Amino acid sequence: MAAAAAALEAVAPTGALWGLVQDFVMGQQEGPADQVAADVKSGSYTVLQVVEALGSSLENPEPRTRARGIQLLSQVLLQCHSLLLEKEVVHLILFYENRLKDHHLVIPSVLQGLRALSLCVALPPGLAVSVLKAIFQEVHVQSLPQVDRHTVYSIITNFMRTREEGPFAEELFEVTSCYFPIDFTPPPNDPHGIQREDLILSLRAVLASTPRFAEFLLPLLIEKVDSEILSAKLDSLQTLNACCAVYGQKELKDFLPSLWASIRREVFQTASERVEAEGLAALNSLTACLSRSVLRADAEDLLDSFLSNILQDCRHHLCEPDMKLVWPSAKLLQAAAGASARACDHITSNVLPLLLEQFHKHSQSNQRRTILEMILGFLKLQQKWSYEDKDERPLSGFKDQLCSLVFMALTDPSTQLQLVGIRTLTVLGAQPDLLSSGDLELAVGHLYRLSFLEEDSQSCRVAALEASGTLATLYPVAFSSHLVPRLAGELCIEESDLARGDGPTKCSRHRRCLQALSAISTHASIVKETLPLLLQHLRQMNKGNTVAGTSEVIAVCQSLQQVAEKCQQDPESCWYFHQTAIPCLLALAVQASMPEKEHPVLKKVLLQDEVLAAMVSVIGTATTHLSPDLAAQSVAHIVPLFLDGNITFLPENSFPGRFQPFQDGSSGQRRLVALLMAFVCSLPRNVEIPQLNQLMRELLELSCCHNCPFSSTAAAKCFAGLLNKHPAGQQLDEFLQLAVDKVEAGLSSGPYRSQAFTLLLWVTKALVLRYHPLSSCLTDRLVGLLSDPELGPAAADGFSLLMSDCTEVLTRAGHAEVRIMFRQRFFTDNVPALVRGFHAAPRDVKPNYLKGLSHVLNRLPKPVLLPELPTLLSLLLEALSCPDSVVQLSTLSCLQPLLLEAPQVMSLHVDTLVTKFLNLSSSPSMAVRIAALQCMHAVTHLPTPVLLPYKLQVIRALAKPLDDKKRLVRKEAVSARGEWFLLGSPGS
Amino acid sequence: MGGGLLENANPLIYERSGERPVTAGEEDEQVPDSIDAREIFDIRRCRARAGSRGPGRGAESPFLHLPHLIRSINDPEHPLTLEELNVVEQVRVQVSHSQRPGERLVWESQKVSDPESTVAVAFTPTIPHCSMATLIGLSIKVKLLRSLPQRFKLDVHITPGTHASEHAVNKQLADKERVAAALENTHLLEVVNQCLSARS
Repeated sequence: MAAAAAALEAVAPTGALWGLVQDFVMGQQEGPADQVAADVKSGSYTVLQVVEALGSSLENPEPRTRARGIQLLSQVLLQCHSLLLEKEVVHLILFYENRLKDHHLVIPSVLQGLRALSLCVALPPGLAVSVLKAIFQEVHVQSLPQVDRHTVYSIITNFMRTREEGPFAEELFEVTSCYFPIDFTPPPNDPHGIQREDLILSLRAVLASTPRFAEFLLPLLIEKVDSEILSAKLDSLQTLNACCAVYGQKELKDFLPSLWASIRREVFQTASERVEAEGLAALNSLTACLSRSVLRADAEDLLDSFLSNILQDCRHHLCEPDMKLVWPSAKLLQAAAGASARACDHITSNVLPLLLEQFHKHSQSNQRRTILEMILGFLKLQQKWSYEDKDERPLSGFKDQLCSLVFMALTDPSTQLQLVGIRTLTVLGAQPDLLSSGDLELAVGHLYRLSFLEEDSQSCRVAALEASGTLATLYPVAFSSHLVPRLAGELCIEESDLARGDGPTKCSRHRRCLQALSAISTHASIVKETLPLLLQHLRQMNKGNTVAGTSEVIAVCQSLQQVAEKCQQDPESCWYFHQTAIPCLLALAVQASMPEKEHPVLKKVLLQDEVLAAMVSVIGTATTHLSPDLAAQSVAHIVPLFLDGNITFLPENSFPGRFQPFQDGSSGQRRLVALLMAFVCSLPRNVEIPQLNQLMRELLELSCCHNCPFSSTAAAKCFAGLLNKHPAGQQLDEFLQLAVDKVEAGLSSGPYRSQAFTLLLWVTKALVLRYHPLSSCLTDRLVGLLSDPELGPAAADGFSLLMSDCTEVLTRAGHAEVRIMFRQRFFTDNVPALVRGFHAAPRDVKPNYLKGLSHVLNRLPKPVLLPELPTLLSLLLEALSCPDSVVQLSTLSCLQPLLLEAPQVMSLHVDTLVTKFLNLSSSPSMAVRIAALQCMHAVTHLPTPVLLPYKLQVIRALAKPLDDKKRLVRKEAVSARGEWFLLGSPGS
Repeated sequence: MGGGLLENANPLIYERSGERPVTAGEEDEQVPDSIDAREIFDIRRCRARAGSRGPGRGAESPFLHLPHLIRSINDPEHPLTLEELNVVEQVRVQVSHSQRPGERLVWESQKVSDPESTVAVAFTPTIPHCSMATLIGLSIKVKLLRSLPQRFKLDVHITPGTHASEHAVNKQLADKERVAAALENTHLLEVVNQCLSARS
């Protein structure tokens, strides 16, 4: 104080400053403070001059005046602390420390000043300690008002940012930890919107900010984990987890036994999955922290003793014959092992021999499964760490035992054990250089056997196929040399044995074989063997004397399609597949379409709708991922094949006749336009299609003639697919004009009305997807057709096609232009017209409008639909009486979410709803019965008083569907009736 | 799961069976599916859990975690379902459709040829002195009463040899009047309803 006073006398106050100070201190005006600060900043006065001007107010006997004086100084300092010189800071701090002894009214302003000073860059070393010492000595922080406590915390935080807090760790800890664990419920209408979680996280950030709190915090955390309060347990475990990020061995050392005891107890005994998860996470972080710490040469490594402790407490649970607590023990061990490579080694090398031994001690399959699942958990952890040196890998010593154990599991009669065995095999295979070629041969043999399992162990078969696929990417040679030849042999045996008529088992083996071939086609080198096999098989089926069934040909195509999918990501395999499979498929199809007398049955098989559809999907999948230049090579062959009958690129191209699908070729040839569609509609958008103009005209022509709906629909779809991708411009407008003319000519009258309608539908779809301006015209035309006596029902169903995702053409995967919001847009643009049309239409065609509307509503995402539904409610209620089951189903599925989301509106119609739903619950259609009962269930969400008058009636009525002949209906009846029983009943 | 000591702190835990896969036959409108043991098992299962409805309630109720459909009913003592504790097992559910030889069961209830189908459910308390046995049995019984067509006769009993007062409990559960009387008791009905409440 004396030094400060001496400094003050050095400069004389200026008049203006003196006035401002008086206004603030005596006049109780707030403005002058900012003015003084601004003047100091601009250099008009120095801080010392301000202190000088304050002089008498600072020594005034009235504490309020002193407080006001110090407040002014503090406010100035808060704005100008960056200008202070080191010497000034020293003086000011001494002054403020001294003032901490003053009257309690003065303290808030003093703290503000210290806060300003704590922000100074020019703070000499040691002063922070001195300030904190003074604060904790002179002031009882915990009993200050909230604002002032905040100031103290700010001072602390400011100092901590750069400076030593060591000597005050305990005090700092005391003033922060008293809030732990946070128990705060935000008041209703809290303007600050502070959530409990915010406070928890902020406090955790403070508590876990420094290792210096460890000795105080860890006992507190242990105490809170041991408490009875769930939230305290969770918060403590999470805080411990956070602390481990900054702590080291030194901080944890003394508390490890207690921490472990608490975590262990929680995991062993807890009722809450969250506590268990947090306990395991905390153990993982603790172990990671111990693994990470840098040790002095003479220090003991705590990791080893900590892990030994864990092992000691857990291992005997793994060996107890009744197997209680095996899972909690295994989870604890795995949590620790997952922390570091060292921990993983330590634990795995101790636990694995034990588990291997236990596996053999237990004889029951389900016990063995539990043990193998635990082994699997430890093996998976190995994958987290990579070992440079082969000899260091901890698993290599156990490899033989593990393999024999896995193979034992794979031959066990229990499906569950087999499944775990398959997963374990996959994990073992993923360990680099672990399995020998002998092991792999055995493994492949087991997978081969499992892939041919019968129907009742389907899950195992699927898992075996999946494992084969995963392992084949890693060990292609093992699969090429041990599995592919066996599968090839299996396919051949099939051919000769089929004649003996060994029936369905042979047939199903055949199918398994195809699935296995596609499952292992996960590596380029394997595809080069499996694809020729599959194609050869398809050719054989087409050539031989045996009659191949439709389903068998389709099965081959499905396998081809799966192989194509697996090839998509690798450009080289993708091109290989495309180049090999597509000419072969086209050649077979062209061959089949030739007017020839031999093997007429076989030919027809390849030309059937479903077989062609299967081939379409192979061709599409093999085309979508082609690079544009390779696709251009392919398109230069395929389009001339269809337009000009140019067959030179086909592998077997000596056909008895010409291939002219667009001219006067046979109806069989015209059907192959579907294959052209699959190809051209899957091409990337920037691939130019040769002879496009001619192609479009031919497609348009084909779409509206002949008595083969399959070919005309394929042509219409192909046209639409190309239209959708064609860039806007004159050529597009020409194509559209041609299409509109064709449609109008066809619709006006004559034998092609339905073909013209199909063309209209597909063209509309192509334009709706890309938001083309013409689409609204075409949609209006479709809405108009709803009242057409002949085409009305088809038009109503057409709305389903417009709103759904196609699989063959106009797909995003096939590079079509599909705007994401097209459904919403279609809804907003067309629903008003549909509703108007419904009201205006004559009685007999009203259902068409309802059905069209149903399709639109059905496909719309429910969140988008919900806000619109109340306006449609009266229409929906009317639709419940419509006899068409499509309308009923769609209406029920619209009403169901509405019952849940808008119970107040819906309760106005409770009488109609209950009556109609109960009627529909005895509909002949199972799907309608199910939907009606789901609605009956949803009705229980309406306010109970509204429902109670119906309770007895409903419970009686719902007894009938309890005895429905279909199980899925009974299931819904059970849950709906159960809910109705609970209405208004105690305890519900 | 507050403080007190559990009667059986470390139960053996069994795996839950998955959802019943829907077969092609079940999706075929024409094929009737008969009520089988698995269906009864699943009836006693439908999802959901009582206890989280409405604030404040239940802290005082020991039955907080007893959900409604019994396969997933939690044991009052454990946060585990009865299925996980093997209190209920599918093998202990039997359905018998006594029908005249050569006759198919007809499904429309008005045409049922023989209404005398029987469902027998045995449940196994985790420990022989489990004080909740009657309550668990009662919940199973009420759930089945509400969920099965009337033509079914119900028999809910304790797996032989697994409970100290097996006969007494079985007798209570078999006695229609006692079951009816139990459900007149508001407190008991409340607890049972909590077990069976599907909303969570």
